[in-house]
Amino acid sequence: MGVIRRMLASKAVGSLTSPHSIDHYLEHVHPMLTVSEVRARVVRVIRETGDASTVVLRPNGAWRGFVPGQHVQFGVEVEGKRRVRVFSVSSSQANRDGTFSVSVKAHPDGYVSQFLHTGLAPRTIVHLSQAEGEFVLPDVVPDPLLLLSGGSGITPVMSMIRTLRDRQHRGDVTFLHYARSRDDEMFTAELDALADAGVRVVRVYTRQPAPGAELAGRFHVDHLKHLGIDAADTLTYVCGPAGLIASVRDTYAELGAAEQLRAEYFKVPSVDLDAADATGTLTFDTTGTEAENSGATILEQAEAAGLSPAYGCRMGVCNTCAVKKLHGAVRHVVSGEVCASTDETIKVCVNVPVGDVAVAL
Amino acid sequence: MSRKKTYAPVAYDASGHDAGPQPLEGEAGQRSTIGTDVLTYEQLDELGRELDAIRQRVLDDLGQADADYIRRVIKVQRAFEVLGRVGIFMPFFWPAFLAGVAFLALAKILENMEIGHNVMHGQYDWMNDPALDGVTYEWDIVAPAQDWKHSHNHVHHTYTNIHGMDRDIGYDLLRIDDGQKWYPNHRFNLPLAFVLMLIFEWGVMSHGVEYGDYRAGRISKEEFEGQKQRAWRKIRRQVVKDFVAYPALALPLIPFVGWWAPLAVMGGNLVANVIRNIWSFLIIFCGHFPADVQSFEEEAAKGENRGQWYLRQMLGSANISGSKLFHVMSGNLSHQVEHHLFPDIPARRYPHIAPEVREIAQRYGLQYNSGRFGKQLLSVARQLAVYGRKPDDPYMVGNSPESKALRRAKREEEARRREAEKAATMAA
Repeated sequence: MGVIRRMLASKAVGSLTSPHSIDHYLEHVHPMLTVSEVRARVVRVIRETGDASTVVLRPNGAWRGFVPGQHVQFGVEVEGKRRVRVFSVSSSQANRDGTFSVSVKAHPDGYVSQFLHTGLAPRTIVHLSQAEGEFVLPDVVPDPLLLLSGGSGITPVMSMIRTLRDRQHRGDVTFLHYARSRDDEMFTAELDALADAGVRVVRVYTRQPAPGAELAGRFHVDHLKHLGIDAADTLTYVCGPAGLIASVRDTYAELGAAEQLRAEYFKVPSVDLDAADATGTLTFDTTGTEAENSGATILEQAEAAGLSPAYGCRMGVCNTCAVKKLHGAVRHVVSGEVCASTDETIKVCVNVPVGDVAVAL
Repeated sequence: MSRKKTYAPVAYDASGHDAGPQPLEGEAGQRSTIGTDVLTYEQLDELGRELDAIRQRVLDDLGQADADYIRRVIKVQRAFEVLGRVGIFMPFFWPAFLAGVAFLALAKILENMEIGHNVMHGQYDWMNDPALDGVTYEWDIVAPAQDWKHSHNHVHHTYTNIHGMDRDIGYDLLRIDDGQKWYPNHRFNLPLAFVLMLIFEWGVMSHGVEYGDYRAGRISKEEFEGQKQRAWRKIRRQVVKDFVAYPALALPLIPFVGWWAPLAVMGGNLVANVIRNIWSFLIIFCGHFPADVQSFEEEAAKGENRGQWYLRQMLGSANISGSKLFHVMSGNLSHQVEHHLFPDIPARRYPHIAPEVREIAQRYGLQYNSGRFGKQLLSVARQLAVYGRKPDDPYMVGNSPESKALRRAKREEEARRREAEKAATMAA
């Protein structure tokens, strides 16, 4: 298949199908028959908890696989309209049956996550991107390793621990997870089984603590001490709500172990609206519009000004909203990094202006 | 792990899309006089509200049926194209070859009119499907999408039938309206139109390159160079496909068919392209240039309200009546009136709302231009013939001494005004 796929994706074939792509023809033979567009068929939908489900997908040949910890853009069509959200892969990389899964917690006002939980039928075809993201295990897994998660942030580290289990990884791995209660926790049975098999799985139920649990409450430096983890030489992956990540990040900074920490948010942290740098004017150069900097992201401000720039994930992942910043400084809302060069491409969904900024919108 | 957006709005919400072009601005407080001979400003406002309501109702109703429709059209188009290419590949069996030419021509017509033109108006942006995205769609014609969208969506659809602004009036080549100045080349109106019909896609392409505007200093060198470059790139891709790549595939046929096999493929592709050119030319000319269609002066259009904008669109277009198949093959541009009123709603909706629009036109005493294809075509041809003749009024002849004197007087007055302004600022 590899040779045929390469041939179909070649420039020569492209010159015959121009201005369209070969996929625009092949998809009419069969919707899963595409060369570069990733599509997948829903195999089944598994209820994990009252509001979380796992969707098992069988991708077509365009899928290049994933590394545990990566996420994928997931597009589903409802009433003629495609809705795209980004979800983490939760399954093991060692799956041999050609499927993988994403796990999703239904959000009260998240249309796609609700739909996945209640309306997604097996055999539906969904539109995917290739797996993306830098929140991945290194090729050689170091010893010791801490996988730390909160709430539905468990999904990427679940993919990691499943992969390590299936590869019969013998290193020192600690899986520390915070959930509100046992009922609210995803993958409970599998985590129990992992614990029985000798993996160090520690779960902390913050609202309804389990009787006799070794740890209680929210994440605290004492939890690490109790587990005998030395942050300075433990590679740590943390995924969860912004509050958890902030407190883990502060703890690691205090312990002088910041470079051991890999973090992934599942929500863009809300922007501090009265930040001192919400000054200046935001200029939308292409449309000739201007707005007083409100401190919100450039995408939000553009929308407030009546523009409709393209966007996808709204969290700095998919690059759909990337535009040229002509001049001025912007601050990344996740990393806090400030970019001030002229003529650079930025993602407007995760950047706030610092003073006067002009973008090509 | 659910990654919730911090926001509810959907990517491309059709209700907020292309909310209507900005009116031309005049002096402060200047109000447009368009339509005021038949309606009062209050009536015009009411007309705007009624038509806005129709638009909003359709936008709110968009859904699966519209998505299914455009996908079905695309499926048929792709099938026709493949059948066409296969048929043209059989020059040794002439019925298959001719059927191939016909299928390819139909495929190109469908792709350009019902799919490309409509998608690039943003009619299907609400679906959020990258393959139907008005911003990125590229069509099967030598004119690059980007520059066509500027001259068509922006210029032609906003300043429809305003002299000096809508460059689609005669395409800088023909005299089709009594408001246009007459030049000697207009004597050849009819033969020129005939040639333009055969090479229409090249006309559309050069229209978007705006060489004339560059020469007249209306666009910058950078803009012009960009348009030229995009056009060359698109021309290369189109020409390579139809006249190099597919004929080259026929090279292995030479031992079995003869040396002329690749040339036959080339010829078949050429004929298919020309058929498409003729068809799209006829539909477009019948949509704007029959005798009943009105044109407007820039000064009168300044400070329009929504109703006046709608009125200008309605009086500046003409429908062609016909069967359902005819409407599909014209990209529903046979409903040119509805298209100009609501360029961004899916074209399949035009036939549904046409009776309502006609009723509104009647109620307000406005003309609703509509006629059979043959009648409209004859009217266009008569217009071309009539306006090709030299007018008696010397002021309507572009290079008459009277016109030249008038232009000189205007230039001098402009210079005097600027002098006076300069003097005034100096004094201040």
